[in-house]
Amino acid sequence: MTLLSIKNLTKRFGGLLAVDDVSFDVEQGRIVGLIGPNGAGKTTVFNLITGNYIPDEGRIMFDGHSLTGLKTHKIVALGIARTFQTIRLFKNLTVLENVMAGCHCRMNSGILSSMLRIPFQRREERMALARALKELEFVGLKQHMDINAMNLSYGNQRLLEIARALASNPKIIILDEPAGGMNDYETTQLVLLIEKMQKRGLTVLLIEHDMNLVMRICEDIIVLEHGARIAQGTPAEITQDQRVIEAYLGIEEEDEEDEAFEAEGRD
Amino acid sequence: MRKHKNTIQVVAFTVVILACPFFLDAYWIDVINNIGLYAVLALSLNFIVGYTGLFHMGHAAFFAVGAYATGILNTSYDIPIVLLLPVSGLAAALFAYLVARPIIHLRGDYLLIVTIAIVEIVRIALVNDIFGLTGGSNGIFGISRPDFYFFDIRTPHQFFYYIWAFLALSVLLFYNLEKSRYVRALNYIKNDEVAAEGSGVNVDHLKLTAFVLGAFWAGMVGNIYASKMTLISPASFSFWESVILFVIVILGGSGSIRGVILGAFLIIGLPEIFRQFAGARMLVFGGAMVAMMVFRPQGFLPPLPRKYPVHKIQPGEKTL
Repeated sequence: MTLLSIKNLTKRFGGLLAVDDVSFDVEQGRIVGLIGPNGAGKTTVFNLITGNYIPDEGRIMFDGHSLTGLKTHKIVALGIARTFQTIRLFKNLTVLENVMAGCHCRMNSGILSSMLRIPFQRREERMALARALKELEFVGLKQHMDINAMNLSYGNQRLLEIARALASNPKIIILDEPAGGMNDYETTQLVLLIEKMQKRGLTVLLIEHDMNLVMRICEDIIVLEHGARIAQGTPAEITQDQRVIEAYLGIEEEDEEDEAFEAEGRD
Repeated sequence: MRKHKNTIQVVAFTVVILACPFFLDAYWIDVINNIGLYAVLALSLNFIVGYTGLFHMGHAAFFAVGAYATGILNTSYDIPIVLLLPVSGLAAALFAYLVARPIIHLRGDYLLIVTIAIVEIVRIALVNDIFGLTGGSNGIFGISRPDFYFFDIRTPHQFFYYIWAFLALSVLLFYNLEKSRYVRALNYIKNDEVAAEGSGVNVDHLKLTAFVLGAFWAGMVGNIYASKMTLISPASFSFWESVILFVIVILGGSGSIRGVILGAFLIIGLPEIFRQFAGARMLVFGGAMVAMMVFRPQGFLPPLPRKYPVHKIQPGEKTL
């Protein structure tokens, strides 16, 4: 079954064609990788899916809903959770409260019921707490739950972002360079974690520059270059594809891609 | 252990406040009453400035709408003051909704400028006797005192119980709210708006509710203020009042109930104690502000981290 379907997606920033007529489908329960050289438009595609940007053309269908024009929080409520390439945690709040942010969209208590602490509200709080603890345990951060997010190591901050995303009970989780800044050991643990997410029934869509990781876990890979899709297939097919080799795999460089989103924010 | 300490602090504070009417004369009780009113006002501003981190320096506008709603409805239609308490809150909340909605997406400094403009526009509108209702720069006089069945409120001592009961109730409700998903979400917005929205928080809507809720409470304080003074005029709702409220929140501890109450004591109470140095007041005030921002930018009593009953959660318990 197709969970996420992207058709003819196009996005321009002034004269720059950031995403050029990109189409691909993500099947339910798969681990799908989106790769490409720096500036290929990968993060822009993610920002289009999650509603941070509005596409100029094309449409995005998710689980029977059109995402076009929906605000980000609505898209999260539909079941798409994400992490950020540049870590965006609530730095001055505890690890536990960071994860509870994901629960917010699954809760219903309003201002009045919270002021009066009615039984429904207290039950809901307790269930959210239990969920947050479950996700912290899942990513292995439970022992750090009381410290502020800013005091976590870099790798653990990435895991915390994943836990926060998982707490929103998504159908698909979108990871933007989850292994960025991780050492080899942490990356190995991350691979296990992503496989565990798949076992839970989650669909995973990820951007990653660590080709080892991509080839190890992705069942399906989409390659972008200059905003356009140049190839799609299994890891074996991608490594054989002449255009991909030319465009990407032959070159090794560190990445500094798509800071436009960072600079502009979301107005 | 810390919980224990907090309880002792709250009890000690309550005892000291409740002892005040037995030891202080009418003048000093009136000072305590003013501190109480400013404390609730600053707590209502705390929703916007403290929890959500929005720069809002026009809170006196909402206070004014509440006070004038009370003044006009009471003097023209003779509606009892106490019934007007929720009405004033609603009037201020509606006003806040209307003015905040178009500007809610503005960031930091831009929002600050617009909120300053709002409080100035309101003041000028009041001075110009808008719709012939506000009485121009003389304002409205002859507003009734609050009248309960069994308890008429006239003297400062009587107002003391009224104001501090209102404060206590507000603190209780706000304290509960602090432990809910609502204030948590406001804190997420304060930390990182993009991440909050990306985690499923409806950022614009929640910012708007912070304004509306803060204005609702400010409007109710406006009602109490109008009935306490029996006379209201535009001079009481100037930009300077908004600045004082802003300073109370920042100096006391942004997002912290106990901090904001302490801030009200410092900013409203201290000048009364040091009356004889009234000439040097602004100098001391300015110096204190500079020192605070350098040495303790988070305020005197910053918010404590929230505690969750983690140990009570059983493994395998039902989750969201």
